[in-house]
Amino acid sequence: MSFELETAAHPEQLKRVAIDPLSRVEGHGKVTLLLDEDGHVQQVRLHIVEFRGFEKFIQGRPYWEVPVMVQRLCGICPVSHHLAAAKAMDMIVGGRLTPTAEKIRRLMHHGQILQSHALHFFHLASPDLLFGFDSEVARRNVVALAAEHPEIARKGVLLRKYGQEVIRVTAGKRVHGTGAIPGGVNKSLTAEERSYLQEDVYRVIAWSREAVEIARRLHESNRALYDGFGRFASSMLSIVAPDGSLDLYDGHLRARDADGQILVDRGDCSRYWELIFEEVKPWSYMKFPFLRALGPEAGWYKVGPLARVQNCDRINTPLAAAARRDFLEASGGRPVHSPLAYHWTRMIEMLFAAETIKDLLHDDDLLGGELVALGERSERGVGIIEAPRGTLIHHYRVDEHDQITRANLIVSTTHNNQAMNEAIRQVARTYLDGRRITEPLLNHIEVAIRAFDPCLSCATHALGQMPLAVELVDAAGTVVDRRLRGDAAPPC
Amino acid sequence: MLSFEASAHTAPVLVLAVGNPSRGDDALGPLAAQQVAALGLPGVEVLTDFQLQVEHALDLLGRRLVVFVDAAVGGRAPFELRPLLPRADVRHTSHSLSPAAVLDAYHRLTGAAPPPARQLAIRGEGFELGAPLGEAAAANLQAAMTALAPLLLAAGQPLPGDRLPA
Repeated sequence: MSFELETAAHPEQLKRVAIDPLSRVEGHGKVTLLLDEDGHVQQVRLHIVEFRGFEKFIQGRPYWEVPVMVQRLCGICPVSHHLAAAKAMDMIVGGRLTPTAEKIRRLMHHGQILQSHALHFFHLASPDLLFGFDSEVARRNVVALAAEHPEIARKGVLLRKYGQEVIRVTAGKRVHGTGAIPGGVNKSLTAEERSYLQEDVYRVIAWSREAVEIARRLHESNRALYDGFGRFASSMLSIVAPDGSLDLYDGHLRARDADGQILVDRGDCSRYWELIFEEVKPWSYMKFPFLRALGPEAGWYKVGPLARVQNCDRINTPLAAAARRDFLEASGGRPVHSPLAYHWTRMIEMLFAAETIKDLLHDDDLLGGELVALGERSERGVGIIEAPRGTLIHHYRVDEHDQITRANLIVSTTHNNQAMNEAIRQVARTYLDGRRITEPLLNHIEVAIRAFDPCLSCATHALGQMPLAVELVDAAGTVVDRRLRGDAAPPC
Repeated sequence: MLSFEASAHTAPVLVLAVGNPSRGDDALGPLAAQQVAALGLPGVEVLTDFQLQVEHALDLLGRRLVVFVDAAVGGRAPFELRPLLPRADVRHTSHSLSPAAVLDAYHRLTGAAPPPARQLAIRGEGFELGAPLGEAAAANLQAAMTALAPLLLAAGQPLPGDRLPA
C-alpha cells in the first residue's frame, strides 16, 4: 500500500532534490524530494540500502561462531548483535542462563546502551539542538560543540568511554569481544575489574542526570518546536519485563496503539512472526514491518527510546523512574509522538542504564559461579533484544551438522522505516513546501531522521568515502545545482 | 578511568588501526595491527576498532607518536605514509571521524596540541561483505609493513627521563 506523499502521480514531470548520503547517519541513506514547478512537495522518500547480505554470509557457518561473527555487521552496535545472536543460540543449545551469565550479559548490554546513547546525544544531536537547525554547516558537529560547550563535550566523551570500558571488561576486548557464548558467558568479573568499574559509576550516574536535565530543558524551551516537529501518530513496539517494567535485555513483546492502549501484550518473542509482517515495496531495499493485527495501513509502528519509555508501565531504578514521570507529566499523560522527544527519552534510558550498571556492580553473582548451562538441542533459535535504537531480532535455523541454514535479522532501523518516512514527509510539508530549497532547510529533513538515530548497518568506512552530495535536478533530469557538504577528503 | 590524564603506563607509540575484517580489503587495518602486535616492539601499543570515534582522542593521551592505519579507496598504491595534522571535519557521518578529526577533537577536548601523528593509508580495491583480502591488497600490506616497522621501532625506543615499564 502507499501513503500520502509516498508516490507522486507523475514523477517524470517533477523536480528532484536528493540528499545523498545522509550526514551523521551510518552507511548509505538517501532522501529524494520531488517538487512541482511551484516548489510544492509531491513525493518524499527515505531510501536505505539495507544490509541483507549478512544473512547469506552467515549461512554454512557453525552456530557457535555466530555471536562473534555478527559483530562485524555493525561498527556501532556490535554488542547488540553479539547478545541478540547469543540469545538465539541459547535456544539452539537449550540453555537456561545461570545468574552469573545473565548478569554479566546485562552489564555488557547496559554498557552498550550507555555509550551509544551518549554518542548520539552529546555528539550527533547536540549540535543541532544547541546551535539550531539553521546554523551553518561548519558548526553542526562535535568539533564546534567542543569549542563552544567544552564541558558538555568532555562529559559526553567520558560517558562513552565508561560504557566502552564496561564492554571491554565483560566481553574481554574493546571490539570483537567473545563474552557471550551459546548458553552463557565465557568469563565472570574479577574483584579488581568490579572495583575498577565501581570507582566511576556514581559520576556516570550524576552526569547522566545532568544529561536528562539538558534534554528536558531543551524540550521545554521550545515546546511548539519539540512537540510539533515531524510529528506523526503511530503504534509503538518494544519488549517489556514480565512485570511490565522497562527491560532492555529480555522480556515479552508489547505493542500500544497511537492512543496508548495496549494492542498486544505478552507476545512470545520466539514466535515474533505471528505479530509482525514485513512488507516489501518496489522503491526501497528496506522492508516495512507492520503489526499483523492492524494491517499495513495502520499497523506500522515506531521502536526505540520513545516507544520503550512509554510502552513500559514503570522503570525500576529510582532516578530514571522520576525522570520518566516528569516526561509523562509534561505531556499531560497523552502519548508523545514527536520525533524530537526521542532525545529526552534517550537520556532517560541512559540514566536507567547507568543506575542498572551500578546495581549490577554491587551483585556478587558477577564474580563467579556457573558460566554456562546447556539443555536440549533445538534447530531454531530466536533472540530479541532492545538495542540502543530499538528492537533487534535475530532468528536462525541450524542443521544436524551444527551449521546455520537460514538467518533472518530485523534491525531497529527497519522497524522504524515507515516512521522515519512519515517524519520527513511531515517536515517537508511544514518547512519545504512551496519554498526555495536551501541547505538549512534540507538539514531539517536530516534532523528528523537523526532523531531516530538510525544505524544503517555498514561498518565499512575506508578512507575517501562518504561525501554528502545534494543535487537539484530539473524535470528533464538535468542537474541544475549540486553541493558537496565537506567533500571526501583524500588520504593525507 | 574518567579523566583526560594519561596513565603512567602508557606506551609512547600507538598504532590505531581501523577496519572490518569481514569486508574484503577493509581488513587491511586490522591485519596490519596483527602484524605489528606480532613483532612485539618495545614501547608500542596496538589498538584496533571498526571505525574512529571521538573517544579515541583519549587513546592519544601521553603518546609520543600515533600512527593511524586504514584501508584507502583510490589512494596511491601500495600505500601512503604521511604526517597528519588536526583538521576539523564537517564531513563525518553519524558514527565515525577521520584521523585528522580525532586529532582535532583531542585539541578541543584537552586544550593541548595532539601528539605527532602519521597516517598509513594502504590501498584497497574490494570491500564486499565476506570477501577475502585481495591479492593486490595483500601485497600492498607487506609493502606498507616494510615502512611501518622501522618507524615504530625507532619511535618506541626509550628516551632519557622515560618511566620504566611497570
